[in-house]
Amino acid sequence: MKIDDLLKQTCEWLKGSGPNSDIVMSSRVRLARNLERVAFSHWATKKQEHDTLVNLEQILSETDMISTGLKVRMNEIDDVDKQFLLERHLVSREHIVQPDYKSVLIGDKEVISVMVNEEDHLRIQVMQSGFNLQECWRIASRLDDSLQKRGKFAFSAELGYLTACPTNTGTGLRASVMLHLPALVMTKQIGRVLHAISKLGMTARGFYGEGTEAEGNFFQISNQITLGSAEEDIIDNLERIIRQVIGHEENARKTLMKQNREILQDKIWRSNGTLRSAHIMNSKETMALLSMVRLGVDIGLINDIDRRAVNELFILTQPAHLQKIEGRLLSSAQRDVKRANLIRRRLEGL
Amino acid sequence: MLCDECGKNKATVHLTEIINEQITKLNLCEACAKEKGTDVEQHFGISDLLTALSDVETPAPGAAAGSAAIKNKCSFCGLTYEDFKKIGRLGCSECYVTFKASLAPLLKRIHGSNQHLGKVPNSAVMKGQKVMSNFHEQLEAAKSELEKAIKGEEFEEAATLRDKIKFLEKKIKETK
Repeated sequence: MKIDDLLKQTCEWLKGSGPNSDIVMSSRVRLARNLERVAFSHWATKKQEHDTLVNLEQILSETDMISTGLKVRMNEIDDVDKQFLLERHLVSREHIVQPDYKSVLIGDKEVISVMVNEEDHLRIQVMQSGFNLQECWRIASRLDDSLQKRGKFAFSAELGYLTACPTNTGTGLRASVMLHLPALVMTKQIGRVLHAISKLGMTARGFYGEGTEAEGNFFQISNQITLGSAEEDIIDNLERIIRQVIGHEENARKTLMKQNREILQDKIWRSNGTLRSAHIMNSKETMALLSMVRLGVDIGLINDIDRRAVNELFILTQPAHLQKIEGRLLSSAQRDVKRANLIRRRLEGL
Repeated sequence: MLCDECGKNKATVHLTEIINEQITKLNLCEACAKEKGTDVEQHFGISDLLTALSDVETPAPGAAAGSAAIKNKCSFCGLTYEDFKKIGRLGCSECYVTFKASLAPLLKRIHGSNQHLGKVPNSAVMKGQKVMSNFHEQLEAAKSELEKAIKGEEFEEAATLRDKIKFLEKKIKETK
């Protein structure tokens, strides 16, 4: 498998299937693991980093859960490919900024990706479409088990898994759910909801994680606390909160349909019309309009496109994806034209 | 879009800063962002937050009476506690042993707990004893803490402890 092959398939998390997929885009579980008595990546010498990389790549290649996919050394690929992996949520921003002695191993369906020498020696990540954290955890834990047969991870009975940053110590688990909440944004309730979430020890971030704004009305909600609760309880807790948020979004959608039906329909159809006719389209506008079209599909207003096709457009219209599709570097202005072109073709073709 | 700082390169980094409730948006090229970035790190870096948390807990000199003198440098990787405060990351798994006295209260502040209750590696289960005795010890400690909490009418604390006891009992059963 090569990086270019990924372009031909839909990432697992964009499939638009799974529980509550009208509101929940995807679920993700990440586990942080480190080798015992080996300097953490940021503190290691180049030689140590190299040894850790080779050692862990070997261990990973021996598990059948990931061995059939793709292995990428981050310093062997160009900037567009790095950005491309980031856009597909297969690597973190940190992983592409400092690419030396780092690699990522990706399962053939893009359900599993494992970063080597990120902040921790291993960052195991599992993604699923829809609201499906339990399945993510089951897969991640199974991979973790199979890796632990081959390498010894830093662990203390008292503090659990030992990580580079104390904010991950214990379970090393970060569970997160990406929600599409246009109605809560439109009815201006989102601030209140996010405030409540933060009070409950959870955090909310944008489409591309820390520091990104909530583009396209997407919000990633995840646990902050990793020590003192079992993994199942952390996930259960997060699920309860997410269920509440889903309920609020459903109510807000109903209210909008009842009280502001014309305004809502107008917004959705105008967005749909613009996407199908525009010839120049920047990223930000694309996200905003696609969000409205997705809402239209989810509430049954737009019937000639399916959710998966809309989801795919969120990613295919990102800068690196456009450049990979075209097979060459594009300036920002060129991308805006290609983007509009791609959207028109995709929406008309369906 | 061109960079707001140099006006020459393409802006690829978009920053939103909130200063005195005024929102400023900055569009920067990578080079200018890097320069600016150091400012941003200083405002929001996790290491600063950790420092703020751990400063409170740094024991005063001579305060750790009875226990061995607190070591300031990890003998395995060479990281000092000062380094940790600066970068917000530990150097290796041994640092958790070296800086235990300072880390335990810090972890409690971050997570509200300094006792792991989750998954245990296969190898630890196989070796069994250490983890087992640890669970038993924890269970006894939790039970006596629960009694104290109930007497002191600290019901929130008591509820947490009850969960912990339930969990530990389950774990002990599983490990048997």
